[in-house]
Parts: sequence; structure tokens; C-alpha cells
Amino acid sequence: MLKAEGLSFRYTPNSGWVFQNITFELRPGEIVGLSGPSGCGKTTLGKVLAGYISPTKGRLSLDDRPLPRRGYCPVQLIFQHPELAINTRWRMSQVLEESFSPPLDLLRALGIENGWLKRWPHELSGGELQRFAVARALAPGTRYLIADEITTMLDAITQAQIWQVILEQARRRNLGVLVISHEAPLLERVCGRVIELKQ
Amino acid sequence: MSDMSLPAPVHRLATPFSNRRRQTLWAIGLSLSFLALIVVLGQRLDPAGLDTNLQARNQAPTWQHPFGTDWLGRDMLTRTLRGLTISLAVGVIASALSACIGLLIGLASATLGGWVDTVITWVIDMFLSLPHLVALILIAFVFGGGLTGVIASVALTHWTGLARLIRAEVLQLKTANYVQLSERLGRSRIWIARHHLLPHLIPQFVVGLLLLFPHAILHEAGITFIGIGLSPHQPAVGIILSESMRHLSTGYWWLAALPGLSLLVMVKSFDALGENLRALLDPKTSQE
Repeated sequence: MLKAEGLSFRYTPNSGWVFQNITFELRPGEIVGLSGPSGCGKTTLGKVLAGYISPTKGRLSLDDRPLPRRGYCPVQLIFQHPELAINTRWRMSQVLEESFSPPLDLLRALGIENGWLKRWPHELSGGELQRFAVARALAPGTRYLIADEITTMLDAITQAQIWQVILEQARRRNLGVLVISHEAPLLERVCGRVIELKQ
Repeated sequence: MSDMSLPAPVHRLATPFSNRRRQTLWAIGLSLSFLALIVVLGQRLDPAGLDTNLQARNQAPTWQHPFGTDWLGRDMLTRTLRGLTISLAVGVIASALSACIGLLIGLASATLGGWVDTVITWVIDMFLSLPHLVALILIAFVFGGGLTGVIASVALTHWTGLARLIRAEVLQLKTANYVQLSERLGRSRIWIARHHLLPHLIPQFVVGLLLLFPHAILHEAGITFIGIGLSPHQPAVGIILSESMRHLSTGYWWLAALPGLSLLVMVKSFDALGENLRALLDPKTSQE
């Protein structure tokens, strides 16, 4: 169980709080939405939950232990902008293999074509890159996914395809998923419950 | 109907210049072979051309002496090629040293941070605010002039640009999403440095190194021209140019014009080499 207890974060001791006193639990197999207005700290909270930055106050635990600082992190974050989360000097096959070698059926389900693997990132569109980012985050070691506005800039069909794969994987592997979005219809459709983040 | 139809598609033959990639490869090949030609000719040409021959003084360019002869009857083509070879050697050594200094200092600045970064940035700013030639003259003077003086002064003044570039690149990479993500995927710091940072830094280093050559060569010629560089009996380009100054007004135009032009072409070919290599190394432009 991924547990946040009174998480608060600010960048420097003099700056204002980005978010304060967040408490919630994410159980395996559970799909939870996180919504809130722009600039309320959703992305920063996502980074704290996946271990990218440590909270200023509060405690984050995975099965009553802190997140591992080394090795594969069981909590994986998928970024909003895939073009920033992929090294521009790597070919796409390298991008996937940095995490693991995804089985063919996962690539098919995500609509990744064989020809794309040999390409450079700038030769693919944002939607195509995001499919790679999702595939990369689904390595066997992953137990929780933090999806930070991952389909906001994609068209409806791509959006549906990506969510179908994530929901199917979550059901089969008992993954806990936190869906960060301010799109109410999406959250209503995929999530069991929704947490509101206030400014 | 016929006047409405589209013009038939033109099938261009695959000439050597039919696409950007070929043009780039050709430009690199041409620059490299031109530089190789200078070195080979500079070594192979009959050194007798360097001897004084008072019967053939001050001759304008002819087929026998394509660059003419000077007031001592020395063949200017031989002298120019020898001079360019010396300049090339000085340029290679000085810019390689300079680029290595730039790489190390840039890396130290970006990875150690804190006061190290503050001090290095301050030193870089100081070097950049000082006129290049002043620093060059001072350092060459401290090292006692000559070949060592020229190499040391060029190497010690030209690292700042590359150091800044490397520092900025590393700082940007350190905060890049994909670098932080790599750490969360369980990759070690050494793995990240090798696989994420190196592919970005090597092209910067190689291109930075190549683009340093023109500066190094021109500054070498410059301080030799002033008289604190290489010694006068070596036919360095700077020496040739400064000697020819005295004879320019008497109408011996070939003494300065042709060696100067050769220097310009050599510098430009290094420049072309650097620019084209940059286009080739970047995946964004390598396939255009």
C-alpha cells in the first residue's frame, strides 16, 4: 500500500507551500483520481509520490517502508510531456530497453509499430512517444503508476487506447494507479474514487 | 485537358549534391582533403625553394613560381605551404589542449557546484572581458615567446567558450526529466553519465574543438606577426605576412595576397569541417 501522511512541500524555506498536509492511501489494484485547478501542485505531488523529490514535511511509505532510493522504483511516474522524458539522442528501441524488453503483445496493444523502434524521438509525434513512455513504465518491477496528465494533449482515439492498456494491466497485475487530471469525464470513467486537491 | 494537367514530375538524378546529407559529406571530404594536401605538399615540396636565390628576386607569379618569389629569391609557394603546415601543427596542439581544459573545467563547474562553480564562472567572465590579444601577448611573453609561448597562450585563452558550453549542457541534462527518470529505473550514476550525458557532450566537444582551430591559427599568425611568436627564420604564415608588409607599398602584391588567401582558405575549411560535422552528429539534422 502506498501511503501519504501529511505530505507538504515547498522549494525553499522562504517560498510558499506548493501543497500542504496531503493524506491518502493507494491500495494495489485501486484506481484513484487526483483533480484540482491548474497550479495547485498536482505535478509536484506526483513527483514526490514517485520519489523524484522528497517532501518537506510528512511521511511517504510503501508497505510501511520508505521508498527505495536505489534500484528500480516500484512507483513509476509517467510525465505529461513525453518529448521531455525521452533522450533526443537515443533511438526508440534504446528508450524501451532502458527499462525492460516489453513483450510483443504489450507493444501491439499500445499500437507501437515495429518500424518505430528504429526511429529517433523527433521523428515521432507526441501521441506516439507517449505510448513508448507508458510501455517503459510497465516493467515487471512496477507496482504503482502515477499518471500525470498523460493523455491531456492526445486525441480521443489515442487516449482511449492508452487507458484501455493501463486499466487492463492494472487489473491483471494488481497495480495501483493514481490518475492526475483535471478532466472530470476521464476521472469519472476510469477511477474508483477521486481526491480533490485545493489551492 | 492538357493545359490543366500538372507538370510531369521531374526525376532528378542522384548527383553528388542531390541531398543535404551528401552535400555535408562532400563538404567534409573536401575540407579534409584540402588540409591533407597542405600537409603533404608542405612536407614533399623541394626544400631548395626555401634557399635564397638572388638571381630570381621579386618575381611576379609565373608557372615556375606560382606564388612568386620574395626579395631574396625564395619561392613563396614553398614558404607558404611550410608556413601553413607549422600553423596547422600549432593550431592542432593548441586547440586540443584548449578543448581539454574547457571540458575538464566545464565538467568540474557543473558537477561540483557551490563555490567551485562560482569561482570558475568568475574566472571565465574575467577572461571573456579581457581583450583576447592582450591576454595572448601577456601569456606568450611569460612563457618566453617562441613555439611554447604561442601554444601556451592560445591554449590558455581559448578554453572559456567551450567550458561555458559544457557547463550549461551538463546543468541542463542534470535536471532533464529523462535523466531523473533513468535514476528511478534503477540506473547507476555512472551508467547515466555514460549513456545519457556522453552522447550529448561528445558532439559538443568535437565540434567545439574543430571550431577552435581557426581561432588558434589566426591568433598564432597574429602574435607571430607582432613579433613575439615564432622565430623569424621559420617560414610561419605570420612571419611571411609581417615581412611582406614592408614590400607591399612597392607593388609586390603577391607577397601578402597569396599567402594571406591560403591562410583564409585553410581557416574556412576548418570552419566548414566543424559546421558540417555538427549537422551530421545531431540526429535532428543528420537525415535531412
